Amino acid sequence: MTYFAFMGALEQGFAYGFLVLGVYLTFRVLDFPDLTVDGSLPLGAAVSAVAISAGIDPFVSLLFALAAGFCAGMVTGILNTKFGILHLLASILTMIALYSINLRVMGRPNLTLLGKPTVLEPLTNAGVGMFNAAPLLFGILSVLALLLLFWLLHTAFGLAMQATGANKQMITSQGVNTDRIIILTVGLSNGLAAASGALLCQSQGAADVNMGVGTIVAGLASVIVGETLFGHRSIGRALLAALLGSLVYRLAIALALSLKLGNFSFTPSDLNLLTALLVVIALTLPGLRRKVLRR
Amino acid sequence: MIEIQDLVKTFHRGSVNEVLALAGVNLQVRRGDFITVIGSNGAGKSTLLNCLAGSYPIDSGQIKIGEREITRWPEHQRATLISRVFQDPLLGTCGPLSIEQNLALANRRGRVHGLNKGVKRSDRNLFRKQLSQLGLGLENRLKDSVGLLSGGQRQALTLLMATLVKPEILLLDEHTAALDPKTALQVLELTEQLIAEQHLTALMVTHNMRQALQLGNRLIMLHAGRIILDVSGDEKSRMTVEDLLEKFYAVRGEEFVSDRMLLV
Repeated sequence: MTYFAFMGALEQGFAYGFLVLGVYLTFRVLDFPDLTVDGSLPLGAAVSAVAISAGIDPFVSLLFALAAGFCAGMVTGILNTKFGILHLLASILTMIALYSINLRVMGRPNLTLLGKPTVLEPLTNAGVGMFNAAPLLFGILSVLALLLLFWLLHTAFGLAMQATGANKQMITSQGVNTDRIIILTVGLSNGLAAASGALLCQSQGAADVNMGVGTIVAGLASVIVGETLFGHRSIGRALLAALLGSLVYRLAIALALSLKLGNFSFTPSDLNLLTALLVVIALTLPGLRRKVLRR
Repeated sequence: MIEIQDLVKTFHRGSVNEVLALAGVNLQVRRGDFITVIGSNGAGKSTLLNCLAGSYPIDSGQIKIGEREITRWPEHQRATLISRVFQDPLLGTCGPLSIEQNLALANRRGRVHGLNKGVKRSDRNLFRKQLSQLGLGLENRLKDSVGLLSGGQRQALTLLMATLVKPEILLLDEHTAALDPKTALQVLELTEQLIAEQHLTALMVTHNMRQALQLGNRLIMLHAGRIILDVSGDEKSRMTVEDLLEKFYAVRGEEFVSDRMLLV
């Protein structure tokens, strides 16, 4: 793998880090399989791109994206809790609705940011090379997000959130409205996914309505790979594992794409197959390891 | 004072499996009452507790706690006044969270779970003191996750959590039924101790008639969704298991007779 491919993988890993932290919140903490992210990631990209095109500061556009994603997640949460729709179905409904909404937001299937300012500008202006600036900035931002989540999960609200995922009867008996917790947490998770989308569109230079396809699988793959490699004994460790999992996942994909066996090499169109294989390996590895150790 | 008026609850309403679980229950619970609830399977004991706690919506009737009419309150809102211990020791505590985190959640029962720190240092001293009265050594294991505890330890912790913030009424639904005899006895003694110390009002469902007579100041017997016996004070303390059985069969016998008369 070349240095550029390596830095590119880091950049992607950190940019998707927000999404992966969000997926950890819904899948692992809340036990809520949420496919909304396939729609909220491009929503974040669309909102950010439109905002920047309208002359809004790129950093402020991140906040807009976060807010838009939060609202999208809340819709899923409300569909599930207030209307009693199965969580999986509720999230799929929001996801397909978001496809149309994203087209409305952009007014076209994709929007380029050529020549427009991005969050990377302050760094590149200071003389940091483009290939180093993105991993550096996204790394700092995703670590900040991780620290914020670590704090949140140890607040009273965070404890109630964890209990909602683990034992709904118990936390209801302690006077907590689990509906509200679910709506806010799914909202937060999708806010993070949208932030990922905003960062990706700024580093790639365009927002595309189809950029969200397979987001949830990639997010889940990262969470599982992280857990398998780095463990999840405590909240702090699990959060760190999720972020590192995102990096490992992107590095693994980059490695696979740079692989050459004689005349054969993978192309980006093989990405979904590779992801599926990676998830299968990550899911079966812990069981396999236990079996081998028992002997 | 807790007032239950004409409480009716039907399961699977309108289907062939329709079951009338509570057929108009009337009960006035005085402050400080410790009521034991007995009855055969399907008599409506657990349903009564679940309807009180708000787990099941009721068909008709009224529930008042003090001056507050709570009939339409959702379960989590009722939890600000009502605390409960379940038969399943896993249900009352949260396994992945630590002992202190579970207690912190219980210590905030009925208040907003906001963005302040989950477990504060001052809380820990309180928790240690409270845990030490259980005599299980849990006061030295604040950071252990609850999933590591045995059923009995979890049930004792649940009891402590249910009384950490004093409830208007404590609901105990056969909370020792899933424990081994020795642990069950310990948890029962703890129950008595906590109720006596804090002068709690409590409803305790049990299958053990001897226990029902031994504990509390009042006893009610449910049958087919109705209260068929309500004794308290001296009258209760004079009763024996044989008296209870007699009452029970008397009611069943009457029904049998009336059914036959209908057929004739």
